[in-house]
Amino acid sequence: MDILLNITIYLPLLAIAAVILVRTDQAVKWVSLAATSVTFFLSLLLIFNFDTANSHILQFVTEGPEIIPGYDIKYLVGLDGLNLLLFMLTTLFGPIAILSSWNSVTKHLKGYYSMLLLLQTASLGVFAALDLIVFYVFFELSLIPMYFLIGIWGGAERIMATIKFFIYTLAGSLIMLVALIYLGFHAGGVHAEYIFTADWRFISSPEYQIGLVEQTYMFLAFALAFCIKVPLFPFHTWLPHAHTEAPTAGSVILAAIMLKMGTYGLVRVCMPVFPNAFMEFASWFAILAIIGIIYGALVAMVQKDVKKLVAYSSVSHLGFVVLGIFALNTVAVQGAVIQMINHGLSTGALFLLVGMIYDRRHTRMIKDFGGIAKVVPVFAVFFLITTLASIGLPGLNGFIGEFLILTGAFFSELYDNSIYAVLSALGVILAAVYMLWMYERVMLGSITNDENKKMKDLNFREIGLLVPLVLFMVWIGIRSEDFTRYSEVWVDNFIDVTETKSVAVLKEAQKDDLPGWTAAFYNLDEESDELEVELVQIQGGLK
Amino acid sequence: MVEHTLHSISLFYPEIIIVVTLCVIIIADLVVKKKNHTAGWILMGGFGLAGITVLLQAGRNESVFYDMVAVDPFALFFKVLLLLSGIFIVFFSVNSDELKAYKSRIGEYYMLLAGMMLGMLLMVGSTNLLLMYLAFEVTSISSYVLVGFIKKSLRSSESSMKYIIYGAVSSGVMLYGISLLIGITGATDIYGINAALLAGVDQPLILNISILMIIVGLGFKITVVPFHFWAPDVYEGAPMTIAAILAVASKIAAFGMLIRFFSVSFINAEGISAAGVWQIFDALHWDLLLGAMAAMAMIVGNLTALMQDNIKRMLAYSSIAHAGYLLMGVVILTEQGISSILIYLFIYLFMNLGAFYVAMLFSNKVNTESIEAYKGLGHRAPLEGVAMTIFLVSLTGLPPTGGFIAKLYIFGAAISAGWIWLVAIAGITTVISLFYYIRVVRNMYFFEPETGAKRLHFTFGSKIILLLMLIPTLLLGVYFTPLLEFAQSSIKILGLN
Repeated sequence: MDILLNITIYLPLLAIAAVILVRTDQAVKWVSLAATSVTFFLSLLLIFNFDTANSHILQFVTEGPEIIPGYDIKYLVGLDGLNLLLFMLTTLFGPIAILSSWNSVTKHLKGYYSMLLLLQTASLGVFAALDLIVFYVFFELSLIPMYFLIGIWGGAERIMATIKFFIYTLAGSLIMLVALIYLGFHAGGVHAEYIFTADWRFISSPEYQIGLVEQTYMFLAFALAFCIKVPLFPFHTWLPHAHTEAPTAGSVILAAIMLKMGTYGLVRVCMPVFPNAFMEFASWFAILAIIGIIYGALVAMVQKDVKKLVAYSSVSHLGFVVLGIFALNTVAVQGAVIQMINHGLSTGALFLLVGMIYDRRHTRMIKDFGGIAKVVPVFAVFFLITTLASIGLPGLNGFIGEFLILTGAFFSELYDNSIYAVLSALGVILAAVYMLWMYERVMLGSITNDENKKMKDLNFREIGLLVPLVLFMVWIGIRSEDFTRYSEVWVDNFIDVTETKSVAVLKEAQKDDLPGWTAAFYNLDEESDELEVELVQIQGGLK
Repeated sequence: MVEHTLHSISLFYPEIIIVVTLCVIIIADLVVKKKNHTAGWILMGGFGLAGITVLLQAGRNESVFYDMVAVDPFALFFKVLLLLSGIFIVFFSVNSDELKAYKSRIGEYYMLLAGMMLGMLLMVGSTNLLLMYLAFEVTSISSYVLVGFIKKSLRSSESSMKYIIYGAVSSGVMLYGISLLIGITGATDIYGINAALLAGVDQPLILNISILMIIVGLGFKITVVPFHFWAPDVYEGAPMTIAAILAVASKIAAFGMLIRFFSVSFINAEGISAAGVWQIFDALHWDLLLGAMAAMAMIVGNLTALMQDNIKRMLAYSSIAHAGYLLMGVVILTEQGISSILIYLFIYLFMNLGAFYVAMLFSNKVNTESIEAYKGLGHRAPLEGVAMTIFLVSLTGLPPTGGFIAKLYIFGAAISAGWIWLVAIAGITTVISLFYYIRVVRNMYFFEPETGAKRLHFTFGSKIILLLMLIPTLLLGVYFTPLLEFAQSSIKILGLN
C-alpha cells in the first residue's frame, strides 16, 4: 500500500516530462489535467484505506535507508490524522487549479503548467514528509514554482510582490534550518543509535525531552518560520501583495494550500516537540492572532479591490486557526485542524470566483460592479454560498471550525481568560460586515455600469470546478463528524503527549541550575509542592 | 636513494603528464596550423590522461621525494576536482567567442593553462613549505598572464596589472612568513614543523606573526575578506574562462593547501578534541580570527554583490561570499568540518562553473555581460535559462539542489561544534544572497523579450557540456552518499577528530 502514497506525491512531477515533450497547447493542458486528476483519485484510495481508530500512528509509511552513516536523515513519508485531510485538500485543488487556468493563461503554457505540477508535488511532499530535513526540502521547494507563477504570469506589480514573498519566507525558513540542525544534533544526543536524528516520530515521542532554555530558542525559531508562512500579524505584509499579483490559480493554491503549511507546522512540530515553550508563549501568540483577526477584518472592510479584500480576510481567518492551535485543548485544536480545511475550501473558491469575473471584465474594483446578480445568476448563487461559508453561517463549513475554536479558546487553561474568545468573536461579526457589504456592492442593486450588461454567466467548466468545493462546504457544514473523525484520535493523543512531556521537563528543571530568566519565565521559583498542585491542575485542564 | 627517486617518479605521473603536455603544446603550436583549437584538444587529452593516473593512485598513502610531496587520498580528492574543472575550462575555451579573436596566440593560452594546472596539482600535494611556495607562484604567474590574455582590451590589461601587483605583494608577505616559520622551527616540511612546535617554541610572538603572514598569501588566493579587493576587477577584465578558473580551480587548490598546512602543522595529534584543535598555540584565538574573516567575507561579499550589474563582478563577489562559507569548515577544523569543505567544493565546482558557462554562452550571443541586458533571455534560450536558474538556486543553497546539501553540511558541522553565531550570520547572508542571484532569474523570465528578438541557438556540443554540469548539480541534491564517503575517506589521513 505504501507505494500508492509515493505515486500520489510524484505523479505530478513525472507529468512535467510529458508536458515538456508534447507539442500542442491543448495537449499540455490535458496532460496536466489528467495527471492531477489521477493524483486525486489515487488519494481517494488512501483515505478509504485509512485506519481512523489509529490515526495517531503513521500509516502508508515509506522509509528509505539513512543517507549518511550515523545520521538519521532519511526519506520518510506517511499519513496520519493531522495531515490526511490537508493532503486530500491538496490533491483536490490540483485539477481545480489546472481547470481554472484553462482559458485565462495564454503565454508560456509549458512553463506555467510545469510550475503548477511542480508546486503540486512540493505541497504534497510538505504534508506527507515526516523526516524534518525532508520536510524542509519540500517546504523550500514549494517557494520556487510559486515565485515563477507570480513573477511570470502575475499582475502589473508582480516583481515587488515576488521579492517580498520570497525574502520573507526564506528568511523565516533559514532561521528554522539553523534550529532544525541544532534540534537534530540535540535529539541525536538522546538517541541510542544516531548522533543526529530528524525523524519526527522520535522527536515528538514522550521519551525525548528538551531543556527549557534550548526549547525556548528552538521554539521561537520554528514558530517564526511558520508564523511568516501563515501569516500571523505582524508578518502578514507579504500576503496581500502576493495574492493580488498572482494569477488566479496561484492565489488559489497560495490561499488553500501554502498558507496551511504554516499552521500545519505549528501543530506538527511546535506543539509536541517544544511543549513548555509552546504553553508559555501561547497567550502571546493568541494576542497576535487576535490582533490579526480584528486588524485583518478592519483592513478588509476598506479595500476597493475584491481580491485584496479576500487576501486580508485570509489574515483574519487564519488568526482563528492560530488561536485554536495555541489554546491546546482537544476542542480548539480539533477546530483548528478542520478550520484549515474550511479556509482552504472557502477562500480557494472565493479566489476562483474573483478570477472568473476578472476574466470577463479585466477589473476587480468593487466600484466597477454593482447589480450583476441579474446578469449572471448562476455566478451569484455560487458567490453567495461561498461568501456565507466564509462568514461562518451555521449549516456551512466555516461555522463548525470557528465554533469549535471559540469554544476551546473560551475554556482554555492556557489563556485563562475568556476575553480572548470574546475579542476574537468580534472577528466573526466583522467578517459578516465586510463580506456581505462587498457582496451587496458587487452583486445587488441596479446595474450601474453598462459594460456589465454583456457579462456572460458561468460556463460548464467553471461550474464543474466550483461544484465539488460547494459540495464539501455543505457536507462539512451538516455532517462535520465525517471529517473530524480522522483527526480525533490524533489530537487526543498528541495533546496528551504534549502535556506529559511538559510536566516531565518541568520536574527535571527543578533539579537543574538554570539561568535566572528561565526560572522567572517558567515560574520555577515556586515551592515544589505548589508546582505539583499546579501541574495536576494543568493536567486536569488539558484533559 | 635511486630507488626512492624512481619510486617517487612512479607516483608522480600526473604532474609529469601535465609537463609533457605543456611541451607538446608548445611544439604543436609551432608546427600545426593555428586555425583551430588543436592545442585545446591536446590539453584535454593531457588532463584526461593525468586524471586516469590520479585515479590509479587511489588508496596510496605515501610521501615521495624525501617528504616533499604527499600522494595520499586527500591530495587525490583535490586533484580529481582540479582536473575536472580543468577539463571543463578547456571545453569552455573551445566554445568561447572572446578567444576567437586571438586564434594565432591560442597555443600560448593552453600552454599557460597547463602551467597553472601543474602549479595547482603541486599546491594540494606538497608537504614542504618551499615547494608549497613554488607551486603557489607557478599558479599565480600563469594566471597573471592568462588574465591579461585579451591584449587589445584595456580592462584585461588593467586587471592583469592589478592582479600582478596585488599577487606579488601577497606572496611576498607569505614568503616572509614562511621564512620566519622556518627560522624558528628549523624545519621546512610541515611534519617537522609540527614536531618542533609540539616540542615547544620559545618565540610565540614571531610564530604568530609568521602565521598571520602566511594567511595573507592564502587569503589572497581564496579571496577572503580583507584580501579580496582584486577579485571583482580581475574577474571583470579577464576572459570569462579565466574568471571561471580563478573562481573555482584556484580556490580549490588554495583550500587544499590551507587545510593541509593547518591540520598537519598546528595540531597536537595525541590528544585533540573538537574544542582543542587550536590548542597548540595559545597566544591568539586563531579560530576566532578565521571565524571573523569568514563572517566578513560572507557579509561583504553578499552585500556588495547586491549592487553589481556586471555578471562577472556579481559572480566575483558571490565567490568571495562562498569563500566565507567554506572557511567556516576550517574554523572548526574537525573531521566533520573538513569533510564538509570537501563536499562543498565538489558541489561548488559544478554550480559555479555552470553559472560562468551560461554567462559565457549569453555573452557570445548577445555580446553583453550586463545583468540588465538579460531581460527576456530565459524565453529566448529555454534550456540555458532553466540551467542558469538551477545553478543560481543552487548557489543560493535552496533544496533540492546540490547547493543545499553543501550548506546543510557546513552549517551542521558548525552547529555541532558550537559556532552558532557564525551559522546565524551565514543564514542571514544567505537570505541576502537570494536578492542578487534571483535578480538574474527575474530578468531572464519576468520580462518578455523585445519584439523581433529571435530565439538563441546554441550548438549541440555546448548543450551537452551544459548538461554535464547541470545533472550533477541536481543529482547531488537528492543523492550524495558516494560523495560523502569519498570525502570522508579522503580526510582520514589527516587524523582529525
